Amino acid sequence: MLTFYAQHSKLIDQIGINALLALSLSVSLQAGQLALAQAAFMAVGAYTAAFLGAKAGWPLIGCALAGAALAALVAALLSFPIRRLRGVFLAIATIGFGEIIRIIINNLSITGGAEGFSGIPNDADTRWIYGSLAVVGAVFFLLRDSRFTLAMSLTREDEQAARGVGVDTAAVRLWTLVAGGAIAGLAGALYAHNNFFVQPGDFAFGRAEQILVYCVIGGTTSPIGAMLGAALLSLLPEIFRFLQDYRDIVNGGILLLVVLFAPRGISSLWRRA
Amino acid sequence: MLSQQIANGLFLGAVYALFAIGYTLVFGVLDILNLAHAAVFMAAAFVALVLNAAGVPLLAALLLAMFFAGMLGILVDRVAFAPLRRRNAGTLVPLISSIGVAIIIEATVRGVFGIDERHFPRTPAASVALHAGSITFTALDVAIFATALVLMAVLAYVMRATALGRNIRAVAEDRVAAALLGIDLERTIALTFFIASALGGAAGVLVGLQYDSVTTSMGSRIELRGLAVIILGGMGSITGAVIGGFILGAVETLSIAYVGSQWRDALAFGVMFLILILRPTGILGKRALRSA
Repeated sequence: MLTFYAQHSKLIDQIGINALLALSLSVSLQAGQLALAQAAFMAVGAYTAAFLGAKAGWPLIGCALAGAALAALVAALLSFPIRRLRGVFLAIATIGFGEIIRIIINNLSITGGAEGFSGIPNDADTRWIYGSLAVVGAVFFLLRDSRFTLAMSLTREDEQAARGVGVDTAAVRLWTLVAGGAIAGLAGALYAHNNFFVQPGDFAFGRAEQILVYCVIGGTTSPIGAMLGAALLSLLPEIFRFLQDYRDIVNGGILLLVVLFAPRGISSLWRRA
Repeated sequence: MLSQQIANGLFLGAVYALFAIGYTLVFGVLDILNLAHAAVFMAAAFVALVLNAAGVPLLAALLLAMFFAGMLGILVDRVAFAPLRRRNAGTLVPLISSIGVAIIIEATVRGVFGIDERHFPRTPAASVALHAGSITFTALDVAIFATALVLMAVLAYVMRATALGRNIRAVAEDRVAAALLGIDLERTIALTFFIASALGGAAGVLVGLQYDSVTTSMGSRIELRGLAVIILGGMGSITGAVIGGFILGAVETLSIAYVGSQWRDALAFGVMFLILILRPTGILGKRALRSA
């Protein structure tokens, strides 16, 4: 058991961080909002935590909370200009926003620019990552039957009807984006303190795309599905490492098969809807 | 200085437009984003490169690569979209299945050609410098620009004046009504994918010539720009994609000249973001494919 952990601790940590990222997007998806700025929120959290940890000597908990708070603030600011956008327009606008954030980080000197930011304390170990995941998961669990979760579902199914029965859908859209931003910021902070080094390329479009894939593979309306999707897709490349150059062909093929045979996600396989 | 930048912007914008038309055609007909489009774009550039290096004249290599890209597009539809279409799976799931196909295409090309940058055999046209007033460009620039314009003109003709074009517009307007009128839906969708992917493949060959560089990552470099272009112009509008392509080309070249090349993408996406906020459906609004 201990040797297994020693050999795979990096992968285990990655799965935890990716599960947090999947949860962060699943908040927006549960409200029917295809907002794909998760990589940008993650970057804000990562660089905030990196800077506070390396330059100001803050403890990890302070870095993580500050990273989550700043990412939530960025999400709140973003929610205003995008409030009229829906569907694929919202998706592309938020992808564009993510690219703008990445390019700004790439061109600032305080972030280390394209060379990246190094010297981050390497203190976010498996306990911190899974502890954070447990806390965030517990919040999801406690809120599962709350009025807010119901308002999210109503907004997803039919935004106008939701407004008709008194749901403040504008508030739902704002708070799901902010909550998702905070979780992604937390994941970014843990990522930075787990890796010693971050660079702008870590938060490019490919990352946003990957997080969306976790959620769709798992099932867009299920937080547990999102986490499972993240775990499955983080494991696949490791399982098929022996295929070397052909690994991605198999990964792409599995992705394709899963969505073709379970279009509503792997969580739909055991839930009768 | 400014006129040179405008010329550069036109050269760049023409291939952006050509690439983005592929997204917009498929979106207009099926209401889905085909994220395998950029992978087809890249694969076609490699096909033309191999043919051209084997002695096939450039123009013939371009046409063959377009045919290859068109067939690959039909395959993408059969594998990633058709099975879901029959089950009404919404718009998010096809997005993911097209990502799956894109990963497979990219990995296959990478497996065959490796990750090193490749170049088309040097064409004489690349060293013929032309001058118009204070503007300088090569004969190759003009040929690329002209090719893109000719392809767009052919598309405009097909969409307006042929039975196929009418069928595509009818399916885009209302799939159920089009089927009731006796239009073969699956055949029309397959041909839409063929046209969209052939144009995307042509854009891949032209970009490979324009930058004198063909790499497996060239698709991911243009992917987001193509999305920005269709947003600028209005989703589903072919004319909008052309306008959006030229706007993006102009914004990029002007920002390189006056702001600094490191900010070019930030400005391009900034403009896109601004247009979305001011006009959430793009310059020409949604659904203009019906009247194209």
